[in-house]
Amino acid sequence: MFPFSFEWIWDAGHMVFHGGLWYALNIIGIGITYCIIKAAVDTIKGKGSHDHH
Amino acid sequence: MKHEQQHNPPMKYGMAIDLDKCTGCGACMVACMSENNVPFKTDESNKLDSITWIRVYKLTNGKSFPDTDICYLPRPCQHCEGHGGHSPCVSVCPATATDYSHETGIVSQIYTRCFGCRYCMAACPYHARYFNWWDPVWPDGMEKYLSPNVSPRMRGVVEKCSFCFHRYQQAKNKAYLNGERRVPEAAYQTACTQACPAGAIVFGDLNNPEHKVHQIVQPDPHNGNRSKNPRAFRLLERLGTNTKVYYLSSREWVRRAGDNYLAHETTGHVSKPHH
Amino acid sequence: MDSALIPKGVKRCPLWQFLLGLGIVGVVLAWGVYAMLLCWFKGLNQTNMNDYYGFALWIWADLAVIAVGGGAFFSGLLKYIIGKDELKYIINYAVLIGFICYSSALLILAIDIGQPLRGWFIFWHANVHSMLTEVAFCLSCYFSVLTIEYIPLILENRQIDRVPFFHNLSHNMHETMAVFAATGAFLSFFHQGSLGGVAGVLFGRPFSFREGLLIWPWTFFLFTWSAAAYGPCFTLLITWITEKVTRKKLVKDNVVELLAKISGWMIFTYTIAKIFDTTRWANITAPGLGQTLADFYTGTAMYGYWILFAEIVLGGLVPAIILISAPLRKNPVWRVTAIILAVMGVSLNRWVMVLQVMAVPVMPFDKWALYYPSWQEVATTILPVAYGIILIMISYRYLPIFPQEAELNPIDDEPAVVAEINTPADLEPAQA
Repeated sequence: MFPFSFEWIWDAGHMVFHGGLWYALNIIGIGITYCIIKAAVDTIKGKGSHDHH
Repeated sequence: MKHEQQHNPPMKYGMAIDLDKCTGCGACMVACMSENNVPFKTDESNKLDSITWIRVYKLTNGKSFPDTDICYLPRPCQHCEGHGGHSPCVSVCPATATDYSHETGIVSQIYTRCFGCRYCMAACPYHARYFNWWDPVWPDGMEKYLSPNVSPRMRGVVEKCSFCFHRYQQAKNKAYLNGERRVPEAAYQTACTQACPAGAIVFGDLNNPEHKVHQIVQPDPHNGNRSKNPRAFRLLERLGTNTKVYYLSSREWVRRAGDNYLAHETTGHVSKPHH
Repeated sequence: MDSALIPKGVKRCPLWQFLLGLGIVGVVLAWGVYAMLLCWFKGLNQTNMNDYYGFALWIWADLAVIAVGGGAFFSGLLKYIIGKDELKYIINYAVLIGFICYSSALLILAIDIGQPLRGWFIFWHANVHSMLTEVAFCLSCYFSVLTIEYIPLILENRQIDRVPFFHNLSHNMHETMAVFAATGAFLSFFHQGSLGGVAGVLFGRPFSFREGLLIWPWTFFLFTWSAAAYGPCFTLLITWITEKVTRKKLVKDNVVELLAKISGWMIFTYTIAKIFDTTRWANITAPGLGQTLADFYTGTAMYGYWILFAEIVLGGLVPAIILISAPLRKNPVWRVTAIILAVMGVSLNRWVMVLQVMAVPVMPFDKWALYYPSWQEVATTILPVAYGIILIMISYRYLPIFPQEAELNPIDDEPAVVAEINTPADLEPAQA
């Protein structure tokens, strides 16, 4: 999974597979982090403090 | 070690098993179990969940007396090379727990790495791979007779014939200490080979013209390592598994039993695998 | 008692009835958990699997739930990427069903491996050339996407939503959902495909082996396609069952019919591709390896030609034609029949690609091997079903899963009187 695992090889297979994997993981990670931070900022700004329903 | 390996051409350990000599005595199976600490159960009658690294199959020609004929076929792991080491099991193992050695041609199984998904078993058409459904239980006192050179396996991992790889390691060490560049043929022989009273099994380096197995098999590297010996065949050769266990028989029906043929195809003449 | 947690404008059964239902399903769940613990502590000797059947009921269940769970990614793709906005009325449920399916699949995998404590080796020591590695990575990643898609729904619970931070978080997650849906579709494409690849790459098994494109056998594409095609049918099936159990209309017909129509065309095109694949395999691939259809379908009564017919015609062409045809699709009886046939069809396909692969002998002197599961295997396979029912019960009761429910089931101002006249006595309106 990581280049320091001893079976890691810098070949096309590893680069394509892990490239895709880390790309997806990063999007998920950045996406959820953005949502959480924006929610915190919005809350500090006072948004959503009343019942919308 | 890597530096040293570069000086030696790669080896390709393999077998030639003469089915016309095999009597089906089962000595190879016993020797293998003893040599490799293969666990067994109190009741071994269910062959679907008991472990036999080398298993002797009984084949018949399906004819009635007086034309009936039988043949015993010992089946160790075939140590498939596939195309460039792409053997059926090695290519599918998700955790790199089985490996094809380009140094020896041996397909290894790393027990401590295997997590027991059994994908390799599904991939192997020879049923040469076995799962440890139970933890091994040795009869009282028997643990003293276990080989110290082979690690026993725990429940939940796959195991299979290793061509007695520990013997190769010992022979290699000895050869190094003796200043020899290569492991001599006699220094590395599998337990089944040595146990066979009929001398039906010949083991050695298929790449080395000095080895008996090479002389018998005469593998043709330009033709997918097929044997040039008209008596020789490999199990399920047309699947493209490119095995290193060759079988010999003068009986046509035995050679035909080694592979799947369409009704109109003649034994030994099949189209080239297309992958 | 729990009325403060129930969404506004909808009715739910009394708490005692809900708890009784939970208790009954909980007993089944406990039975499954017991079997699971037996497998973990005593090992896989608790199963009837053997060295011929290293893959068995569990792997089939895994493949089947992932196939039918494909409704989540495909509905998400249709709604967020292709822009079929009507699907917003069913997407919540598709996500919940997907979440259940994928968590179940991961649980079954955790039981299925011989050394569960080493399960992480599949990630750590990954062999990138193995289809199973791709499955494990994409499955786990996609499960995290489904979790992200399910969380906003939880946050919409009336009480949780009152907390400003959670309200904002839910809002923001909705806003960015297209990104997650796209990532989910990307991951689904690969893990659904890899699951097909698992069988397709087995060049030692002519029954399952297929040629393909680059490193991907044709089964790779067929599995992705079939998951997208059949997944929505499962979403519709569970929606229909939920409507029957709750005795309420929860999703409007136009939404159901849209999804059914798309699913019908997908199943139709998939089945055509499957027929091409089967024809090529039967006439070129398998004979090239020395085997014929007769070798695969005449060895034992269980795996006769009927299975091929059942999969392709009964589970493929028939539901496809029903769902494509507007008059049949609009008729609830035909529609539900087609949906049930479709779900059975895709499950049968997954069965064939796991169990029959194991059953067919490859060495000419080998024999057919048949297998029946042990009770531990059956119990651990039913376990996710019980878990799914419980999660649906809880989610349905406390979360606004069906946006059209309130509109389709209006509550009058005098609920007590209406309840006596129009609704069964066991349903009472939530105390808003």
